[in-house]
Amino acid sequence: MSGQSALRDESELNSGRVATADTSKTADVRFEHVTKRFGDANAVDDLNLEVRAGEFFSLLGPSGCGKTTSLRMLGGFEEPTAGRIFIGGQDVTDLAPYRRNVNTVFQSYALFPHLDVFENVAFGLRRQHVAKVEVKRRVGEMLEMVDLPNFERRQPSQLSGGQQQRVALARALVNQPRLLLLDEPMSALDAKLRRQMQVELKRIQSQVGITFIYVTHDQEEAMTMSDRLAVMWHGKIEGMGSPKDVYDNPTSEFVATFLGASNLLSGEIVRTEGGMVSVATSGGVEIRVPTSRVPDLNSSAVKVGVRPEKIDLAPEGSSPTAGCNSLRGRVRVSTFTGVGNQYIVETESGVEVTVYAQNLGSQFAPRSGDNVVLMWPEEHTFTVRPLGEKTEINELEGD
Amino acid sequence: MSVLGDPQASTATVQAAPPSAHKRRRHWGRAVLPTYSWLVIAYLVFPIAIMIMYSFNKVVGGQPLVSFSWNGFTTEWYQKWSSVPGLTSAFWLSIRLAVVATIVATILGTLLAVALVRYHPPRFRGKTVVEQVLFLNIAAPEIVMGASLLGLFVTLNINRGFLTLVLAHVMFSIAYVTVTVRARMAGFDRALEEAAYDLGATPLVTFMRVTLPLIMPGVLAGALMAFALSIDDFVTSNFLSGTSVPFPVWVYGATRVGIPPQVFVFGAAIFTVGIGFAVLSIVISKKKV
Ligand SMILES: Nc1ncnc2c1ncn2[C@@H]1O[C@H](COP(=O)(O)OP(=O)(O)OP(=O)(O)O)[C@@H](O)[C@H]1O
Ligand SMILES: [Mg+2]
Repeated sequence: MSGQSALRDESELNSGRVATADTSKTADVRFEHVTKRFGDANAVDDLNLEVRAGEFFSLLGPSGCGKTTSLRMLGGFEEPTAGRIFIGGQDVTDLAPYRRNVNTVFQSYALFPHLDVFENVAFGLRRQHVAKVEVKRRVGEMLEMVDLPNFERRQPSQLSGGQQQRVALARALVNQPRLLLLDEPMSALDAKLRRQMQVELKRIQSQVGITFIYVTHDQEEAMTMSDRLAVMWHGKIEGMGSPKDVYDNPTSEFVATFLGASNLLSGEIVRTEGGMVSVATSGGVEIRVPTSRVPDLNSSAVKVGVRPEKIDLAPEGSSPTAGCNSLRGRVRVSTFTGVGNQYIVETESGVEVTVYAQNLGSQFAPRSGDNVVLMWPEEHTFTVRPLGEKTEINELEGD
Repeated sequence: MSVLGDPQASTATVQAAPPSAHKRRRHWGRAVLPTYSWLVIAYLVFPIAIMIMYSFNKVVGGQPLVSFSWNGFTTEWYQKWSSVPGLTSAFWLSIRLAVVATIVATILGTLLAVALVRYHPPRFRGKTVVEQVLFLNIAAPEIVMGASLLGLFVTLNINRGFLTLVLAHVMFSIAYVTVTVRARMAGFDRALEEAAYDLGATPLVTFMRVTLPLIMPGVLAGALMAFALSIDDFVTSNFLSGTSVPFPVWVYGATRVGIPPQVFVFGAAIFTVGIGFAVLSIVISKKKV
């Protein structure tokens, strides 16, 4: 993530939840109420989505949530059952794939086995009747860029998986499309090559300045690479925004648990005053949450959450710092992980809370069995809709 | 013409002899497989060898007709290959007929195969019917089809000749081409066509640049099959030839009087060309892989 976008994330965070507020900034791709049905199952369910020009946007979600289907509709390989899709303001819903200025890096690479690397990469340029000299130059440049010079006359079958993937990337990028779709292009790479390619991709994206839509089910990959991301579940978007925003400020229980780990406590909103909402947890303790972090002030049943790394442990009997929520508990498990300690603390109400503490050497390090006080700043507390309720809604709509 | 495919098949068998894991069996396998292969080859090649041998046989007596006793070696018939009235023109007619029928049947059969693999009932309603008809076409006795075609052309008052021969040969070759191409398309990755669309290729360009090159081995095999079927077809052609007499029909007619040795010369020539194609196709397919 560049420093600039980190800054923007920060300001977004401070001004509350504005994940989709400034989309006026040249929306490049827009899904309007897009539904795709296979048989009687909704692969994509009333999807609304905007991707800005020049953005690295990730679609993230568990297997079968509809990521590939969304991408295929954007590429023109699948027709939406309902809804419209726009690219650069133009309605492309009924446009054939070869008429869209979009290129795709397929999950399976789909390199042409009867053509060598050069001809594979040149395929798109040949279709646009680019002059021969120009084709040679651009293909050469592109192969240089993906670090495959001198591979021009190789057949795809003579390449390793990572090399094939880079050829697929070059084949798409050489056309300088306005929009590049990447469907889990790194699923077959080992960790090292994967990291190398991630850096490469980000470099290419900032160099060429085209819009990337990147499909993955790897949350770490999505978080490190994206300007913004959307978490999909059952064909719907559960959360969208900058990685930091979605991570720190999840709007649904699914996002809170899918993206990183979360501690969630059931509770009820009892009071709203001075920009703070008080939630009474089942254990009787009241937890205060900034209003900006409550997605729905009207529903009383919520889950209140906090990320494990946001919690501090203090010795038994410590009085909570001002502006902090606190819970009392007893350490059940304490695990040393090198960079830190992971604790599982059972609170008075019997809920298990996970805490990550960085290994700074000097701080309070309780052992299992010790009584402790859990403390975290109020502004790092969030609430989400409980999953149970949400699932019921989904099921009702599905039928 | 079944010889055409066979050298290929038997070479494949020889190569396929697997290096068995068990050493004792391996010893056995080594001896059995080649022996078997060579026996099959001998069985298939024997009649052809006889034919080629007799194309070099001298003729004793007045009439230049084949006798089946060995009278000594000569290349006379190769020098006088074109001296039998009717035979040469029958041969060229067969070649022309086979070429035209092969081209037409290969194009139609390939397109049909693509459609059968690609489209399914909601969009392609008659699919099952087409499949049944293809099967019937292969299974039906040729003599029945020949006779009924004769009836059809007579009823429609169409003069029998080159055109009716082409129609008939295309008709009985299409199914074979379709079956061959279809088998080749079974593992075809649709994503490759999507990739071509994605890169801006129209459906036609995609077919010509991606689909066709990839199924080309199947198309060529189908074409070879169609050619082989056409050039040695006797049954149907006999019904429909009218005044244009193809090679097999001419030879059949000649047997009543006696076969001129040039028939064997043509036979040997067809065989040699066929072998040539087979070797070529092996070389090409080896290179590809
Ligand atoms: N052609 C199809 N016919 C029927 N169902 C389909 C088809 N394509 C996808 N589906 C279904 O639609 C749902 C979404 O599939 P999709 O491929 O979009 O998932 P995904 O999010 O890409 O998953 P993964 O991470 O495993 O690739 C799945 O339940 C899948 O079974
Ligand atoms: Mg997928």
